[in-house]
Amino acid sequence: MMVNPVDPALSSALADATEKALREAEIRLPSDVLAALRRAAAAERDGIARREFENILENIALAEERRVPICQDTGVPVVYLTLPPDVALSPAIFAGIREGVQRATATIPLRPNVVDPLTRKNTGDNTGAGMPAVHVTPGDRLTVTVLPKGAGSENASRIGMLLPSQAGDIPRFVAETMLIAGGKPCPPVFLGVGIGGTFDMAAALAKEALLLPVDTMDDYEQEICDAVNALGIGPMGLGGDTTALSVKVKQADCHTASLPVAVNVQCWACRRATVEVER
Amino acid sequence: MNLRTPLGDEILDLRAGDTVTLSGTIYTARDEAHLQMIEEGIPFDPEGAAIYHCGPVVQDDRLIVAGPTTSARMNALTGFLIDAGVRALVGKGGMGPEVVEELRGRAVYLALTGGCAALAAARMSLSGVYFEELGMAEAVWIIEADRLPLTVGIDAHGGDIFHAVREKAKTQFHQHFNIR
Repeated sequence: MMVNPVDPALSSALADATEKALREAEIRLPSDVLAALRRAAAAERDGIARREFENILENIALAEERRVPICQDTGVPVVYLTLPPDVALSPAIFAGIREGVQRATATIPLRPNVVDPLTRKNTGDNTGAGMPAVHVTPGDRLTVTVLPKGAGSENASRIGMLLPSQAGDIPRFVAETMLIAGGKPCPPVFLGVGIGGTFDMAAALAKEALLLPVDTMDDYEQEICDAVNALGIGPMGLGGDTTALSVKVKQADCHTASLPVAVNVQCWACRRATVEVER
Repeated sequence: MNLRTPLGDEILDLRAGDTVTLSGTIYTARDEAHLQMIEEGIPFDPEGAAIYHCGPVVQDDRLIVAGPTTSARMNALTGFLIDAGVRALVGKGGMGPEVVEELRGRAVYLALTGGCAALAAARMSLSGVYFEELGMAEAVWIIEADRLPLTVGIDAHGGDIFHAVREKAKTQFHQHFNIR
């Protein structure tokens, strides 16, 4: 049976799930992210870099203890929704997610970051035209995944329309992205790389790659990660062994004459959380 | 070294890479606050002051979290503060060559670990605000700091750890990819 598309209970359940997911993501890092940070901290040889890691790990513990966001840049809300076959995609779903973002902004609290791109007027509640960004895919369960995205690292992200003959240059393109970025995106970073598709799809893939678990890398991802770490930018651009904690790649087939490559840079606070909607 | 505001010539002894703590009154300022201070004047005594590049989360007159923002956005907006007697800038990511020159013989840039907003807030209390109409992120918040853990990023003698790391990264990049 299809759920009524204007069901206010569904809208309210989506709001609850969105608020809960944002609270979890903003205050506590996922266990794979925390493990990656701890591994890198233990392996780091540079003295200044070790102090930066100490501050990062103390900050993570304090955020959890005080129930406050990890970073004052609480990001813009990026939401991934999985929709099971018995739930119709309706305005009630989008309205619920929007309400969840507004409530989270007031209750956690989050910094209001969403502004008009030209007048720079702040909407005050982290929603606005096109915000939250909601991506919908079919799934078995009704779940809300949030990826609050801070500006420091988002601003260092890059897309390139490479030539089909330049497939071998992709690791260089990714490393060059971090060479340009230096300490600005709050390294050590997680890198999401989208390869193929179209201009817009490559960027979407790069962001989706940031949702993948970071405890494993395949040989290609490791090769790119090693190239980035060879730069020695280190935590906060102060130098050290650890510039990237992991690289994850997502790809799609593309036009025979194209090779879009996008790099979405994510600071060490790789915040994400998934909550199943109660219904 | 443990620094306390108002700062004096002790900051001239610091070298890029040193670890310090900073206590005392500090003032937050981001892009909009710099522009407004250039227009309307500095609302606090700048002599020996420390500026913190930060847009905190504030609720009910309490600092919830208050980590550093990217300092390089203020590269072109900083000279007037140093001219007025500011002795320290606190932020993340370093600043441009024009600021390195402006700091020479006069002031230092201190790096606080980016993203460490809960850590920073745990060592701060809020004591007032200027330019509140600019909004939460852009207002000038008056903060009492208690032993903020910092690294000297740029000293008063041209030493710039960020610049040194960037130059090395360029060399490494060319070597790694065999670019001549």
